[in-house]
This record gives sequence, structure tokens and C-alpha cells, in this order.
Amino acid sequence: MDLYLPIANLSVNAFVIILLGGGVGMLSGMFGVGGGFLTTPLLIFYGIPPTVAAASAATQVTGASVSGALAHFKRGGVDVRMGIILVVGGLVGSVTGAGIFNLLTSVGQMDTVINILYVVLLSTVGGFMARDAWAEIKAGRTGVPIAPRKRHHHPMVAALPMRWRFYASGLYISPLAPLALGFVTGILTVLLGVGGGFVMVPAMIYLLGMSTRVVVGTSLFQIVFVTAMTTMVHALTTHAVDIVLAGLLLIGSVVGAQIGSRLAQKLPPDYLRMILAVIVLLVALRMVIGLGIHPDEIYTIEAAG
Amino acid sequence: MIRRLLNGLVPMLGWLFLTAAAEPVLVSDVSDRSIEIQASFHGATELVFGAILYPGGQIPQGKVDVAIVLRGPSKSIKVREKQKLGGLIWVNADDTSFRSAPAFYAIATSRPLTKMVDERTADVYELGLNSLQLSPASNMRPEDARRFEAGLIDLRARNALYAAHPSTVEITNDVLYRATLTIPARVPVGHYTAETFLIRNGHVIAAATRDVEIHKSGFERFVAVSAIAFPVAYGIIAIALSVLLGWGAGALFKRI
Repeated sequence: MDLYLPIANLSVNAFVIILLGGGVGMLSGMFGVGGGFLTTPLLIFYGIPPTVAAASAATQVTGASVSGALAHFKRGGVDVRMGIILVVGGLVGSVTGAGIFNLLTSVGQMDTVINILYVVLLSTVGGFMARDAWAEIKAGRTGVPIAPRKRHHHPMVAALPMRWRFYASGLYISPLAPLALGFVTGILTVLLGVGGGFVMVPAMIYLLGMSTRVVVGTSLFQIVFVTAMTTMVHALTTHAVDIVLAGLLLIGSVVGAQIGSRLAQKLPPDYLRMILAVIVLLVALRMVIGLGIHPDEIYTIEAAG
Repeated sequence: MIRRLLNGLVPMLGWLFLTAAAEPVLVSDVSDRSIEIQASFHGATELVFGAILYPGGQIPQGKVDVAIVLRGPSKSIKVREKQKLGGLIWVNADDTSFRSAPAFYAIATSRPLTKMVDERTADVYELGLNSLQLSPASNMRPEDARRFEAGLIDLRARNALYAAHPSTVEITNDVLYRATLTIPARVPVGHYTAETFLIRNGHVIAAATRDVEIHKSGFERFVAVSAIAFPVAYGIIAIALSVLLGWGAGALFKRI
């Protein structure tokens, strides 16, 4: 069924977009990531203008994360104090991101920067995940358990002044660290249309040393607010939020997320993480091809100011 | 007797003289003078048709050709070109501006264009993708301008925004002509023109123009207008929709 997207200005097959949302939603249900890092590139690959893709993907991530965030909240899996600091950082970051967005667009380097950011982020995160998953799989096969990783924050975080107590996270650290982390993910949300969960979750574990019990919930909590803010920023500055596109993606992804979370309970978690790692690395590889071997298009057209 | 003959001859001669100078006239029309973009819009076809009116209704000897051009609003655009930097990555390295690139351009001709007109005539009437007058920035070297033009035309041709359909204008009995032009879903809205050119011996001897308006209507128009006119409300509604759908699905699946 063809449906015209009023902001993207083109006609898409509604089922393809719903399926795309469903596939991404399934991943997000399985792994607790928003899936924006897949939605945006896939939409661009389908022919949606990059700005519209990033803006509408951010809107979709809000919906994909809200029920997860609520569920974690009820279970006490959200460190609200930490979450609020992350949100404040994220809000400042998303406004800053809009400024960077305009600057990069005006000099014509937006797509290159997006691609480089994706390659760096995805290959780093994917590499880490693959390594950990592989270690777990090996441990499961040989029966030799991995020595549990000692939870501690990065020395750089410990050096920051002014410490607060975060009871739910089991931390006594400077609020500047989560503020900076929120700020960075806020910028990424605007530029890439991602929730930033795939960056934030590892950063919370490896940099801040948060208790894993509250990591996913707090990350989702922050994502809901920051992606909502990002939608607002895009609506006000780029006018690129396509409500029809976001709606189609949402229909797919909210259903997919529920299916995914049920599947996740039945599949072995270490293999699941390996699959996600491979997907992440494949997306990164696709970006590397576009950057280094041959771009999709040599010429691009934009309206002259 | 002679007087009577002369009385009859003079107007007749005058008539003959006039017909020799007078050229045919084109009467043209389009199937849709207004195209509405709605939810189900996935492109449109525009039938451009008309008749060649010869003075006195006499069809002269010699073949005529017809070229039909459907073009969208001209816009000022910037074209960027990627180059491989340091043998490593592709980045936008060069750019140029064109002051008048049509957002859409489709041409249908009764024969291959090169057999109908020479290059100069094609350039004057902007017939064919290679004859578009795009007005490149004046500080550009001609060879660079040509390279960018080629890139621009190729990109838009692959998106079906620029198209040439040789030998698709049908001419019936040397009088009626018709051609169907395809408009893809990703056309921009605005004021379009359907121009018809009558060509004989490499010269354009008559032309006619019809206006076509392409605009969004209904819900699509409402959304597009709201996004610009009421950005705050638009953003809030987008967020609310997203939260409601996400929360609603969560609540719904809990019961299943």
C-alpha cells in the first residue's frame, strides 16, 4: 500500500516501513536498545532524506522506549536522581546538537560527519559486545566461569570535584560525569536520530560503574525525555519531523518490541548479545563502504539559501 | 468582365499571400490542470494533447514534429560534489550554485530530438536535458560547470525528476498530437507548465503553453502547513502520538 509522506515529500510502501519498524522494535525488545542506530540508516537507504530520517527516527524512539521505561520504573529499576541529571545534560546537548546540525549542514559536511560518527561508535560498541559475548559463550562451553568484573568507575570520573550520593546506582561520584554523558548522548540524538542507549549503557557500566540493576531502566528514562526534546528541537528548527513516517514506524516498533521482549526470555542471552554485536558491526561496515570505497551518490542537491 | 475577374482575384491573391506567411497555430491542453497530492498519491500521469490548426485548413507538404515539455518551478540550488580525500574517505569537497534549475523537467518528442532540431535551436527553447539553461554561478570554469551539470542531471534523471522520452509524441493525420508524461511521487509542489513546440525543418514555428498546478491537499496539506506554521503544537502532537502508541501497546500486550 503506497502512502504519501507529507514532510519527506515522497511516497513509500507503508508495509515496508511498518515491517522496518517491527524489525527494529523486535531488536529493541530483545536487547533494550532503542534501535535508532538501525532505523536512521535504513530509512536513508530507502530514500528518505537524511534530515527527515533522523528527526522522525528520534520521534519513534520515544514511543519505543516509553513502555520499557515505565516497566523498569515500577520495578524500581530507575535511578531517578541519576536519570534527571542525565536528562538535564541531554536537553542541553540536544540544543547544542541543533546548532552543530545547522553548522554542518551549511558547510555541507553533515553526511560525512554522520557516517564517521556511526563508524566510530558502532564499531567500538559492537567490538566490545562481541568480545564479551564471545567470552560468555566460551565460558558456557568449557564450564569455566569468567571472573566477575569488579564494578568501579573510571579514574577520570573519580577525579571530578563535588561528589553526590546515588543510592540506587550504588555510587558516590561527581554529578558532572553523568551530566557530561547526558550532554554527549543529547548531541548524538539530534545528529543521528538515535536514542543513544547503545552508547549510554556501556558508558554507564564501564565509565560510571553503575549497578547493572538500574542501568537499562535509567538509560530508557533518559532516552524518553531526550528524544522527546529532540523531536521538539527538530520541529522548531528543521521542520523535518514527518508525523506519518513516525506513526508508521511506531505501529511496527511497539508491536515488534513486545514480541522481541518475549523472544528474549526464551533465547540464551549470550548468543543474543552476539547476534546484536554482529548486526551493529554490519551496519558499521556498510558505513565504512560508503565512506571509504564508494559513496551512494557523488553529487547531492540542496536548496540554495 | 475583366473588372469582375480582378475583383475576385485580388482578395484571393491576398489570401494566398497571407497563407504563405502565416504559420499554423497550436491549440493545446492537458488532462489535469491541477494535480492534488493526497495520502494515496504515488505519482501521476499527465496527458498533453492538442491540435495543429493550419491556416485555411490545408495541410501543407512536409513533415512536422512536435516536442512537449512539462517543467516544474525553477529553483536556486547548490550542488555538492564528493571527492576522495587523501585516498581515504569520500567527503563533499567542491560545490557550486545553479540559479535556475527546474525542479522537474520531462520532454517527449515525436522523433529523436537530434533529428528534429540543431543544438542551437535546442538551447534557445531548452529542448532536451542537455539544453537546460541552469545558470551556473558565474565564477565557475566552463568544464567544471559541465561536470556539475552532468552530475545534477544524472542524479535527477535517476529519481525520474528529469526525463526524456524520444518518439513518444503521437501525431494523428498531421493534425492531432498527444503524449503522456509521468510525474513521480517525489515531485515538489508548485507551478508547472506544459509547453508544446511545433517544429518544421529544424525551426520552431509555433508554440503553446498550459499551466498545471501541483499542490498538496487534505491531510497531507494540513500536516505540511502545520509543520511550518505551528511548529510547537506540531512537535507536541508528534511526541504525544509517540508516547501514547508506545504506552498503549505496552498496556495492551500485558493483557494478552
